Parts: sequence; C-alpha cells; structure tokens
Amino acid sequence: MIRFTDVTKEYARTGVALTDVNLHVAKGEFLFLTGPSGSGKSTILKLIYMEELPTAGEVRVSGLSTTDLRRGDVAKLRRKLGIVFQDFRLLEDRTIERNIAFALEVTGAPRANIPTRVSRLLTQVGLASKATAYPRELSGGEQQRVAIARALVNEPYVLIADEPTGNLDDRATRGVFQLLREINASGTAVVMATHNLELIRRSDYRTVEINRGAIVFDSGENKTPAAEEMV
Amino acid sequence: MRSLSEALLAFRRAPLLSVLGIVTIAFSLFAVGLFGLVAVNIKDTIAGVEERVEIRAFLADGTSAEATGAAIGDIGSFPEVARVAYVSQDDALKRARTELGEFRDVFDAGFLPASIEVRLKPGFRSPERVKAVAARIATYQFIDDVRYGQEWVEKLARIRNIAGIAGIALGLAFAAVAVIIIATTIRMAVLARSREISIMRLVGATDGFIRRPFLIEGFVKGILGGGAALLLTWLASVLIDRYIVKAAFFSLEMAVAGVLAGAVIGLLGSGVSVGRHLRRI
Repeated sequence: MIRFTDVTKEYARTGVALTDVNLHVAKGEFLFLTGPSGSGKSTILKLIYMEELPTAGEVRVSGLSTTDLRRGDVAKLRRKLGIVFQDFRLLEDRTIERNIAFALEVTGAPRANIPTRVSRLLTQVGLASKATAYPRELSGGEQQRVAIARALVNEPYVLIADEPTGNLDDRATRGVFQLLREINASGTAVVMATHNLELIRRSDYRTVEINRGAIVFDSGENKTPAAEEMV
Repeated sequence: MRSLSEALLAFRRAPLLSVLGIVTIAFSLFAVGLFGLVAVNIKDTIAGVEERVEIRAFLADGTSAEATGAAIGDIGSFPEVARVAYVSQDDALKRARTELGEFRDVFDAGFLPASIEVRLKPGFRSPERVKAVAARIATYQFIDDVRYGQEWVEKLARIRNIAGIAGIALGLAFAAVAVIIIATTIRMAVLARSREISIMRLVGATDGFIRRPFLIEGFVKGILGGGAALLLTWLASVLIDRYIVKAAFFSLEMAVAGVLAGAVIGLLGSGVSVGRHLRRI
C-alpha cells in the first residue's frame, strides 16, 4: 500500500532530512513513527501524502508513484488518504458539520448524500450533539475528533496522523487513540507519528523509529507482510 | 454552482476585507476614469477645432458659373473632401461686414473675390493631406489663390500629436498603478484565506476547484469596483460640467469597456495570486 524505496529527501535550506529510507506499510496495518523532533517523521508523512517529493528514490502510495506523477494525481491520491495534524487544521469560521461536509464537497460528492454521511461520521466520533458548534467552542480532544471525522469522510485506505495527540491532555489522548484503534480495526491503515512512548508501550503495533533521517529501529522488520497483502 | 456559492460566502465571511477590496478597485479605476475624462474632453476639443480646418480657393474675376459649378462637382468627388460650398462676391462681402463690423464701410461691392470653401473629412486633416488637396485645387486655371492657414494646421497637428502621446503614456501609467493596487488587494484577500486553501488541498481539491471561487470573487469585485468607479467618474463629470467647464462624459461603449476592464483585472489578479499561492503551498 505504501512503499519507500531508497528514499532520500534533501531541502535546499536545511539539508538532508531523510537518507536511504526503505519502508513498507501494508493494507490495514497500524504503524507508529517515532523519534526525536526534527528526525524526519513529518517528512516521511509529507512524502506519503506527496506534499513533498523525494530527492532520490521512489515513494509509491496506493499504486501512485512519485516517479510518474501527472497533473491532478496528487489531488486524487489525497481523496484516498485521511490526514490529521497536531493543530487540527479546522476552518474556524464554519460549523463542525460544515467542516466535514467541506471535505466531501471538494471531491464532488453528490450534495444529497452529504448530510447523511456527515451525521454518520459525527456519531462515529461521538460528536453528534455538536454538529452546529464552531471549532472554538470545542475542547482540543473534540476538535481532533472532528479532524479525524473529516479525514474519514472519503473512506480512506490510510489515515495519516502527525502528532495527533500532541496538544491533548491524557484523557483526550486516550480517547483519540481509542478512536484511531477503532478506525484501524475497521480496516483502515493508520500511520501515526508520535512522541508519546506511553501510547506505543501500551499497544502492540509496529513501531518504526527514525533518527537523523534514517530508520534506526523497526519492530516489524521480521514480519514483512506477504506480497499479496500489498495494493 | 458550488464555486459561486463559495465566492458569495467569502463576501459574507469577510465583509470588511471584501468592501475594502471593492473600494480600492473603485478608487484605482476612478483615478483612471478621471484621467480618461480629461483625455476624452481634450480629444473632443481638438476634434472640434480640427473641424474648422478648411481650404479656401479664390476665383479669378469673370470665372463663368459653368466652370465654377464643374469645379465644385469635381472637388466634391475627392475622397478627402467632406463638403464644398460656393461663396459669391456678395456673400463674401456680407460675411466680412458681419465678422469685421468696425470696417463695415471700408468694403465695397466687388472688393472681395468669390471663392470655393472646402471642408475635409476627419482623418484627412493632417498638414500633408491639406497641403496635397490645396495643391490639386490650385491646378484649376481660374483659381487665383488657395489658402488653408498652413501654420495653424501644422500647429494643431503638433498639439494633437503631443496630446495623443502624453495621453497614452499617462493612461498606461495610471492603468499600471491601478492594476498593481488591485492585484495587491486581491492578493491580500487570497493570503487571508491561505489556511483554507491548504486545507482544501489536503482533502484532495484540485487546483481548478480551489481557483474557481477566487476567480468568481475577483470578477465580482472587479465588476462592483468598476461600476462604483464609473458612478464616481460620472458624478465628477456632472459637477465639472455644472460648476467649472462644459465637459463630455464617456460613450456607452467606453463606460462598458471601463467596467469590463475592472472585471478582467479582478479576474486576472485573482488567477495570478491563487496560482502563485498554489505553487507555494
């Protein structure tokens, strides 16, 4: 589903961010990316949703390769991915339901289906009663749930979460993490960058540690998924 | 449809920024409009003066009516000629007595020669053209003298050329300033929504999808700003006409072109700003 082959990423200003990274994420897998700040976790995520392109090597996501990108490919890819950030990235001037509906409208979904899908997602993330609230009226944990609902709106293959619990207290962190587990249990792969070692310890998911742009540890190294699992 | 509602929503969500944008466009185009008003009136004045360019061919004494009639018909068929008129000796005397009242008693019958007055069509009033037509008229044997105020025609042509060049240069400068101000205003509106644009991209919006509401917004702002500028310019022309000097206003085509120019600047400004922004994020 996601495959990094000899990926190097260099920025003109800050230099090398990743060196010869090889990584594979299978369909339905839950993967933690961990490592110190500036180690390259976010760069890996950006390469997955193709906000950045590798300087060398190849990133292949859901059949789309960075070596063969055409105009409009990235937009199409992102409709198959869900992306969640530490700072939620909600539109402050729209209600919760409008924030979620917005992601559906962008993909040209039929207008008639939008309210039902939004309502179903809000129920799934436990915020059905807050549909008409504005982001500023919600707690951090609730805002992150809205961001997750928005990420799920197009039924993605992969949910990419960049420090999704970084701004949350323990209780909200547990709630958001539980939600991500449920999403993963329903078949969506989750790639989550985090500093939170407690979360990693408490679960049995594959963990990849990055340091200075290189993979220094991969708990799933000996459990390479079978080829037929790949998409 | 969705792009249109998004564009209108943008006006509702940031009314102050939208109004500021429209006012900026309006005043930028108002400056261009005022300059245009001055240019139009100078052009009209010069055209009015140019209409008075005429060639006068004085007939020799004793020229027959047939010869005069034939010459008038002949000259009237020149492509440059708009109008030909015969001025008899009596008519010339009457005119001189009216125009130069203090010399009323000096003029006697037969003192002034008969003449043929020739007016030229617009576009044929340059010194070279006037000179050429005058030279052709002078070839008739019964024409004593041909006059057209050579020095005056040349001076007029010079004024027209200077006014034309200055008009184009100043007009372009005004238009360039307006375009820069409008583009900056629209860019600010786009930057104010950069977060929204980045989120749209993250959830899979195509560039076209992101761009469309901004283009509509820019177009609508341009139309509204252009319309307001037209209204301001019209008010200015009415006030100038009433209290300062008689002033003409733009023709309908020019007015429509002005508003459309606002719309096009708004559209292009938005397109360029969003395009740059999309490449950057």
